[in-house]
Amino acid sequence: MTVADAAYFEALLREALAPVEPPADLVERLESTLQTITELAADELEAWELRAMRDPRNWVRPAAAIVVGGAAGTALVLLRARHRAQAARAELEARRRIPFSRGDAERAVREFSQQARRLFGER
Amino acid sequence: MSEEATTKSKAQLDAEFAELYRAHLRDVYSYSYYRVGDHHDAEDLTEQTFLQAYRHFERAQRESDGRPLRPWLIRIAHNLAANLYRDRSRKPASSIEETETLTALHTTEQLVEGRDQLSRVLAGVRQLPDDRREALIMRFALGMDNREIARALGRSDGATKVLIHRAIKQLEEIIGDPRRGDDGG
Repeated sequence: MTVADAAYFEALLREALAPVEPPADLVERLESTLQTITELAADELEAWELRAMRDPRNWVRPAAAIVVGGAAGTALVLLRARHRAQAARAELEARRRIPFSRGDAERAVREFSQQARRLFGER
Repeated sequence: MSEEATTKSKAQLDAEFAELYRAHLRDVYSYSYYRVGDHHDAEDLTEQTFLQAYRHFERAQRESDGRPLRPWLIRIAHNLAANLYRDRSRKPASSIEETETLTALHTTEQLVEGRDQLSRVLAGVRQLPDDRREALIMRFALGMDNREIARALGRSDGATKVLIHRAIKQLEEIIGDPRRGDDGG
């Protein structure tokens, strides 16, 4: 095979194996999943915040958590509209308006941890 | 102070992962699609690849020493694809049925409409041994250079160069002269 033949063959291969654009629904689902993972982390930290407000010994941690939660969400939220984050925040706000016991906060932390473990767990 | 450092690190990691995702979503999907020959499995594979990448991103960055992470991403997809076949006890992707499926998909999507040459090339690619087929997918679908392919496959640069050379040679033998209508294999 000559150099020209080889070049032709490689060009053909390049054309046959053209990159394939991912379907739109995959992009949407994947970005939503990635965002959920980030939000889970943020929500867990917010639950820490709620619990810590009742215990001055933990006040250092929630202060850091607020920063972490905000920063962690930023990058992946950029991938998509913020509607999911807004919905989650509204729900948390609603929860804040009702009496929230220490037990509730601990339960919330446990639930978020379980969800995170399910998402991050080995398949 | 250490919490502040962790905070910066976490925010930066997320930003960099988002960048990695945007830059290589098409690469991962293309690799997955040509690897498994099916859109549905390719979607699952792509999704799992990025979830696993997210979990191990920090360590990968630490260990990459500043080198591009695309080979690492493709290696994750490669390993997951292997698991997919093992878990489902399915035939490898080079089966005749899947060759036909892939060709049909391309025809349906007008990627190779009326291009018999390209269909023959694709069918030929599917007949190659797994490692040779993967090397060609990485080279021609993703445009990876030898060094990147070597990292993705866990081989030396030299071995990868030989692998690609042999893959092309074998493919030529399978399909014959693509400018003529004959079947070489």
